[in-house]
Amino acid sequence: MARLIKTEKEVEGRYTEQWVVVEEDVLDQWPAGARRVVGRPATRVDGLQRARGEARYTADVQLPGMLHTAVLRSPHGRARVKRLDVGRAMQAPGVRGVLTPRELAARDAADWPGEPSVGPHASEVLTCEPGYAGAPVAAVGAETFGQALAALSLVRVDWEILEPLLDGDQAVRRGSLLGEPRRYERGDLDRGLAEADLVVEAKYRTQVVLHNALETHQSVCRWEGDTLEVYTSTQWIWGVRREVAEALGIPADRVRVVCEYMGGGFGAKNDAGDHTFIAAELARRTGRPVRCALTRRDENRATGNRNATIQRLVAGARSDGTLTALGGEFVNAVGYDGFSPFTSGPMQLLYGCPNVRTVDYGAQLNTPPNAAFRAPGFVEGTFGLECLLDELAARLDVDPLELRRRNHADHDASDERPFSSKRLMECYRRAETHWARRAEVRARSEAPWRRGVGLASQVWYGGGGPPSYAWVRVGPDGRAAVITAMQDIGTGSRTAMAQIAAEELGLPLDRVDVALGDSARGPYASISAGSSTIPSMGPAVRSAAADAARQIVEIAAQRYDREERVLSLRDGHVVSTDGGSWPLEEIAGLLGDGQILGKGARGPNPAGMRVLTFGVQVAEVAVDVETGEVRVERLAAIHDVGRVINPLGARSQVEGGIIQALGHTLSEQRLLDPLTGDVLTQTLDAYKLPTIADVPEIVVEFVDQPDTHLTNLGAKGLGEPPIVPTAAAIANAIRNATGADVRSLPVSREEMLRALRETRGRAEEPVGASTA
Amino acid sequence: MLELRVNGGAFELDAPVGTSLADALRDRLGLTGTKIACNEGHCGACTVQLDGVPILSCITLVHSVGEREVTTIEGLRDHPLVEAFVRADALQCGFCTPGQIVSAAALVETDPEPDRDVIRHAMAGNLCRCGTYPRVEEAITTWRA
Repeated sequence: MARLIKTEKEVEGRYTEQWVVVEEDVLDQWPAGARRVVGRPATRVDGLQRARGEARYTADVQLPGMLHTAVLRSPHGRARVKRLDVGRAMQAPGVRGVLTPRELAARDAADWPGEPSVGPHASEVLTCEPGYAGAPVAAVGAETFGQALAALSLVRVDWEILEPLLDGDQAVRRGSLLGEPRRYERGDLDRGLAEADLVVEAKYRTQVVLHNALETHQSVCRWEGDTLEVYTSTQWIWGVRREVAEALGIPADRVRVVCEYMGGGFGAKNDAGDHTFIAAELARRTGRPVRCALTRRDENRATGNRNATIQRLVAGARSDGTLTALGGEFVNAVGYDGFSPFTSGPMQLLYGCPNVRTVDYGAQLNTPPNAAFRAPGFVEGTFGLECLLDELAARLDVDPLELRRRNHADHDASDERPFSSKRLMECYRRAETHWARRAEVRARSEAPWRRGVGLASQVWYGGGGPPSYAWVRVGPDGRAAVITAMQDIGTGSRTAMAQIAAEELGLPLDRVDVALGDSARGPYASISAGSSTIPSMGPAVRSAAADAARQIVEIAAQRYDREERVLSLRDGHVVSTDGGSWPLEEIAGLLGDGQILGKGARGPNPAGMRVLTFGVQVAEVAVDVETGEVRVERLAAIHDVGRVINPLGARSQVEGGIIQALGHTLSEQRLLDPLTGDVLTQTLDAYKLPTIADVPEIVVEFVDQPDTHLTNLGAKGLGEPPIVPTAAAIANAIRNATGADVRSLPVSREEMLRALRETRGRAEEPVGASTA
Repeated sequence: MLELRVNGGAFELDAPVGTSLADALRDRLGLTGTKIACNEGHCGACTVQLDGVPILSCITLVHSVGEREVTTIEGLRDHPLVEAFVRADALQCGFCTPGQIVSAAALVETDPEPDRDVIRHAMAGNLCRCGTYPRVEEAITTWRA
């Protein structure tokens, strides 16, 4: 019988309670270690389609009669539309529809006698009072994108330009906040500081970073009878389905969301987005399929970003390195809208310090709204905290690795919960060989290059949660199909699901297909964000495969006169302990056109436990102390994410996270026009993404031990952990190389030279002498 | 009417002056393996070969191609590099991958055993936001394996 219980669900550090129905047959986890399929490297099951350009992304959807959309966006950070004249645009060649803000409907009613066949007044996503440069104001649908753009240039706007608020500190002073400040304290910070032998304080800044997935945000909408089809580049098919259904006021089953292949998201594609609503509305009005795809420039203005932070931190410790106090004031410069990330999270979770006090402010500014970007808050918070800890270690003359061991958190002190599993100490142990290279690396310094090694720890979520469902279908040909309406955003989740089903069904990987990416084809699946796809979906897939396997055994037992307990599935056969062996296709083939259908659901999270991922990274850098150039030469990453399903894909995830972190640390920065608040770095030559030539040697290791409390797999997520500690590890390596404390990201040459000058100013700490 | 030589075939198409080669390939010939990610020549996703030379098709006018042979990812589907990219896990979301392979194919045509520096130089114009670069390097190093 199904049992109804409450469980806790976490996405990107935000918790909700969730009712979940638990089936009775809870599967035991597989023993640790590589199995026949799970835990062994598997190339991507969709690799050939992607590599050959055969995979159809949203960008490749071409429907007969499809219109294209151009969107007029505010060039001002804060302004009011006094007058919007779309008359000429509506008459332009190829134009089939023009959308303007709803507010105009009342104001300009007299200008639009009668209801034009394609009316000008539309969606609530368009605004007359843009609060950031890039906010959508009007949209034109035309036969070609060129015609839409040409028509857009005929729209006349009279602006009342207002002064934008662009500075986070200023916003906090003025009380321009999104939500209340989040305050947290355990123990007593002031007492902890009083007990300390040494107190260090510092201010850190992190910059705005742009996601820049190579496929821009886009949707194609088409009405098929009373059903809206939405082809969209999304991280959450079911989230888009719900959002669109609610916005349109239609039953959710009348919205079909399709995303079979997806060109990257990194957190920016968790929501339906303005472009989807614009396309849906234009499709409704014109009766035509409509594409709304952002240009690269608009992508960098209006689709989210990693917000800037300002962090004022303090740490106190006894002379042996035991932390007595950690305090932080974190300003998240969120933007006009968005969310205030948990930037204080690492300070609360990473160490067992008894006295911790934090406050997070979410500053509302006239800048583009933020969006989740790969471990939002924790990337930024880890940079500040882990840099400050190395400064503390240096001043106390305690080895930085030893300092971290000494302050290891053996439970979640923020609410006294045990961890479901934590193997950070094992990560530290494995880091020793990389850490031991310090003397040799430093000895390779030769003017003007100075070399050094630094490390930083990682904590982040990654436990996923219910609900999530999967079906498994076994046909008479002895092949299996996993069916679930999840998405593979490029992380390789399609492959991991195939591996899990193949393992449970005793099938070779090439006899399992995965049908995903279509809300009309499979059951509910959770979001691909918060490192949750594998821990949320994987257990549901295993459970569905186990259901099918059980039925296969039952059929075989009856057909071949054996007891079920002597039968199991292996290498595409049902085998008996007495030596009997029957190909799966023979058993499934008995049913003719019949199918064996298994269903599975994600069970609850372990009650009363904190599920987190852990790791450590060790960076080696070379710094040109004359020019301020920083080169990362080697990065070693050791992560504990429970069981690793696919070591090949997992290594790629870690390398990719580290390479994104390299950009975040050294080269990437969104710049704004200080007068208008508009984005200056809109193009991929102005905004400096890492290239292949920037990549250092990267060494990847996993602890790879199942979390015995977490689901039937013991696997946590891995998408985000590798990006978390890299910036701090690099900054700490810079300190080890030069004695200079960089405190602002990116570590541009200016910032590096500033830090070097500051160090030279401190006579008592000669360059290079601060850490052994 | 314009004649375009693509992947060993000849195609006649109508395209207004100003049409990019990328748009012509994708919209007129249905060769959507060529991706457009920035549409202004900064990222390399749209890379195709003209007589074996990698070029950015999003900033190449289709009318300027003339007699030259266009090779897209569809024309390289059986190139050993395709298998090498899959084997080395040199793709994640895959949106940049066709462009990477077209660039790499041009590279190994002229230098079958490129060393690390040569690979990094030749491939630096193909951006990958997922960060598959170490795998791309491995794929090109091991493409004949």
